Amino acid sequence: MKKLKSSLVNMVIVLTVITLCAGAALAFANDMTRGPIEAINKKNLEDGIRKVLGDDKVAIPEPRTLEDGTVIYETEKGAAVQAQDPQNASFGGDLTILVGFNKQGDIMGYTILKTNETPGLGAKAGDWFQAGQKGDIIGKNPGQKPLSVTKDGGEVDAITASTITSRSFLRAVNAAAAACTDSEALTDALSAATCQDDAHKKCND
Amino acid sequence: MNNLKVLINGIVKENPTFVLLLGMCPTLGTTSSALNGMSMGLATMAVLIVSNFIISSIKSLIPDMVRIPAFIVVIASLVTILQMFIKAYAPEIDKSLGLFIPLIVVNCIILGRAEAFAAKNNPFSSILDGIGMGLGFTIALTLLGAVREILGTGSVFGFTCFSENYGALVFVLAPGAFIALGYLIAIINKVRGN
Repeated sequence: MKKLKSSLVNMVIVLTVITLCAGAALAFANDMTRGPIEAINKKNLEDGIRKVLGDDKVAIPEPRTLEDGTVIYETEKGAAVQAQDPQNASFGGDLTILVGFNKQGDIMGYTILKTNETPGLGAKAGDWFQAGQKGDIIGKNPGQKPLSVTKDGGEVDAITASTITSRSFLRAVNAAAAACTDSEALTDALSAATCQDDAHKKCND
Repeated sequence: MNNLKVLINGIVKENPTFVLLLGMCPTLGTTSSALNGMSMGLATMAVLIVSNFIISSIKSLIPDMVRIPAFIVVIASLVTILQMFIKAYAPEIDKSLGLFIPLIVVNCIILGRAEAFAAKNNPFSSILDGIGMGLGFTIALTLLGAVREILGTGSVFGFTCFSENYGALVFVLAPGAFIALGYLIAIINKVRGN
């Protein structure tokens, strides 16, 4: 077949047809994958909440969303907080984490929900700060003393060669902790805990 | 060129990474581990095969002066579709490659093969060329990823050869990519020369 001439009409028609076909194909693919992607995101979130609270069976409550986009899930085990770095200054951007706090505000666990960090470097954040790893943050209480990397005078070891990611990650953890301090379940729990400590003072009254 | 030659061409004689030195961005960026390199290679191969086929099928309908925008629209759509499917059905790969999947659009191997091969040959040969070039790219990335992972962390594909403490971190980082790639190209040139 002979090649079409590069006349203006031909070019406009061909490009229009190609973009229309591409658009239709994209719409079709989007339609096919939307369901599974949503299901995966929902499952990841639920698994994440259960993981960071260290309880496989905890019921997932209705979330409470704060103005800055931080989402809090208050359960009987503690609060799972979905937060981002307030400065959004991670290496790849859009770093979203989920942190679980017990009723005293200590970190019980964390997981990374969304990351664009470099594979093999910043993307290591998913393991690096877990219990027993080099940058272990589990059990720390960022509500009392915000976490920072050793380079900035803090006590958390940054991921090797990924200080930017580490800083951003810790800012997100601190933001989660800050959001958590005004979380209802936690304040209730805290006052309950204080009551237990001062059992003699009959604070049930 | 007969079909077998077209297929082998991309793997050895015109290997896109080691011989043509095309697509260096994903080559250096995603090969911090063998598995990442292989996933990237396979994703690129999938796009390359389909884009070669489509472009070769519609080549006579595209006026010469708008062929590049037309090719890019086809390639970008394919990559976006691939990304959606990876997100939906292989979330693990999506997690480890993340950012690099959309960047397949600007991989010069794909546009290069569209321009150099698919736009001049029939759809069947174009598919073979896509498979050959894709395999060549995948093999190269897996090899480079394996070398970097072994030297950097002491393990490859989950098998540990030696403790991570003895690994040279530089090989996992960007400079190590250049060093490892340089040596691999030197070795391959030596072998091919003989």
